[in-house]
Amino acid sequence: MASTDIVRLENVWVSYNGTPALEDVNLVVVEHDFLGVIGPNGGGKSTLLKVILGLVKPQRGSVSVLGSLPERSRNRIGYVPQHSNYDHDFPVSVMEVVLMGRYGKRGILKPYDGSDREAAEKALARVGMLSHAHTQIGQLSGGQQQRTFIARALVSDPALLLLDEPTASVDSAMQTDFYELLEELKREMAIVMVSHDIGAVSVFVDKIACLNVQLYYHGSSEITPQILEATYKCPVQLIAHGDIPHRVLRKH
Amino acid sequence: MFEAFQFEFMRNAILAGLLASIACGIVGVYVVVKKIVSMSGGIAHASFGGIGLGYLLNFNPVLGAMFFSLLSALTMGLVTRRTRLPEDTAIGILWALGMALGVIFIGLSPGYAPDLMSYLFGNILTVPMSDLYLMAGLDLVIVALTAAFYKEFLLLSFDEEFGTVAGMPVNSLYLLLLCMVAMTVVVLIRVVGMILVIAMLAFPAAMARQFTHDIKKMMILSVIFGMLFTFGGLWISYILNLASGATIILLSGLILLATYIVAGLRRRTKVRFTR
Repeated sequence: MASTDIVRLENVWVSYNGTPALEDVNLVVVEHDFLGVIGPNGGGKSTLLKVILGLVKPQRGSVSVLGSLPERSRNRIGYVPQHSNYDHDFPVSVMEVVLMGRYGKRGILKPYDGSDREAAEKALARVGMLSHAHTQIGQLSGGQQQRTFIARALVSDPALLLLDEPTASVDSAMQTDFYELLEELKREMAIVMVSHDIGAVSVFVDKIACLNVQLYYHGSSEITPQILEATYKCPVQLIAHGDIPHRVLRKH
Repeated sequence: MFEAFQFEFMRNAILAGLLASIACGIVGVYVVVKKIVSMSGGIAHASFGGIGLGYLLNFNPVLGAMFFSLLSALTMGLVTRRTRLPEDTAIGILWALGMALGVIFIGLSPGYAPDLMSYLFGNILTVPMSDLYLMAGLDLVIVALTAAFYKEFLLLSFDEEFGTVAGMPVNSLYLLLLCMVAMTVVVLIRVVGMILVIAMLAFPAAMARQFTHDIKKMMILSVIFGMLFTFGGLWISYILNLASGATIILLSGLILLATYIVAGLRRRTKVRFTR
């Protein structure tokens, strides 16, 4: 059913100055999907998210998000950018950051009102950060900052949540909490997460895709050594210990 | 010092200092947090072309500076957003082109260029009434734009990419912010001179940043610091008979440096204690 497609990418090609970033990528995300996209650095993971957001226009192929152009659907996408993209010293409070997520609903020249504040408080409570509402963003731990940016994405009631390398700055103790939060969120929205953290991705997500310029899509979240080798173009080894998350090691 | 207030030029100097502190305090905060200090330096220096044009065509060089700084702000903004030219290259090109034009224009103008030094290095004691009106008008525009676009400028400075995703016209707002920098350059030119403008844009805001994490409070503090620096510098220059613009900049630079050193020492002692 085309109507339940959240994201549909058909034969998408993107290149920067002649260097291909995405080659003939096809991808479908439906409601309640929790898709993990893994791949090496420079494999086009962030580009894929930017194509979905309409920030990067593909040279060839078609992109539709929630049935229309990405630009039109942007106000229904919650986006959590990569951790390193902002200035941690910036003089801004947690509350002010979350309110930025209401910009699309409010529009230019209109100040945020009581309903925006309420929505922001609700989103902060949801990620367990309400007590930090008036703290400056840089004084939080990596995990708390991550939660703040998830709250900013949630405050606009998105139908699709995009996460770019969300675990990069979160210590491993916090990661389980973080995935439990995502578990809960996927009941309400589709989630696409890109990461190079193969172990974490394969344990928590429902579907997995490997991306290294070309996309290898797999219905289930099982990764085989063959898939990884095709993606990383080097021998990798999978170690599985029952319930313990998978770890991947390079062959020495 | 008090007998100095009886002179009209001293009253004008105080007014000019107040008006300059408001503009540089508010816009300086965006310049510092958005990290466009060198971009602002480029805009300020390119305005020299307008000063030269004023001399050549015999109109108020401050108006020429306004025209050139706005033009260079828009050009730099468009070039860095629309072309692949790296930002610092674009800044360097326009910075030098504006200054070269100014030199040519002044060379072509007949006779000697009076008070050229006051445009280059500022002279708060010779600000005429007409320029004070212009400065007050520009201050009003700057305050009004900051109030109207407060939430937009915050998002623009903090996370432009998210702003784009949220549907904000980031490029137009960026150009508007650069135009506000250009207006501030014009307000400051009479006080500290176009060569030293960049310091007045950066110092008070950088200092305010050490005391607060709230951007509104940072603006208020930075306006207050701007006033303290301006009047402190003016007072010292009066007593020691030094150039006012340079004294203001030196004083603010030294105080800023001192606060950084104190903050650094504090951090070191803290680390030692926690060990």
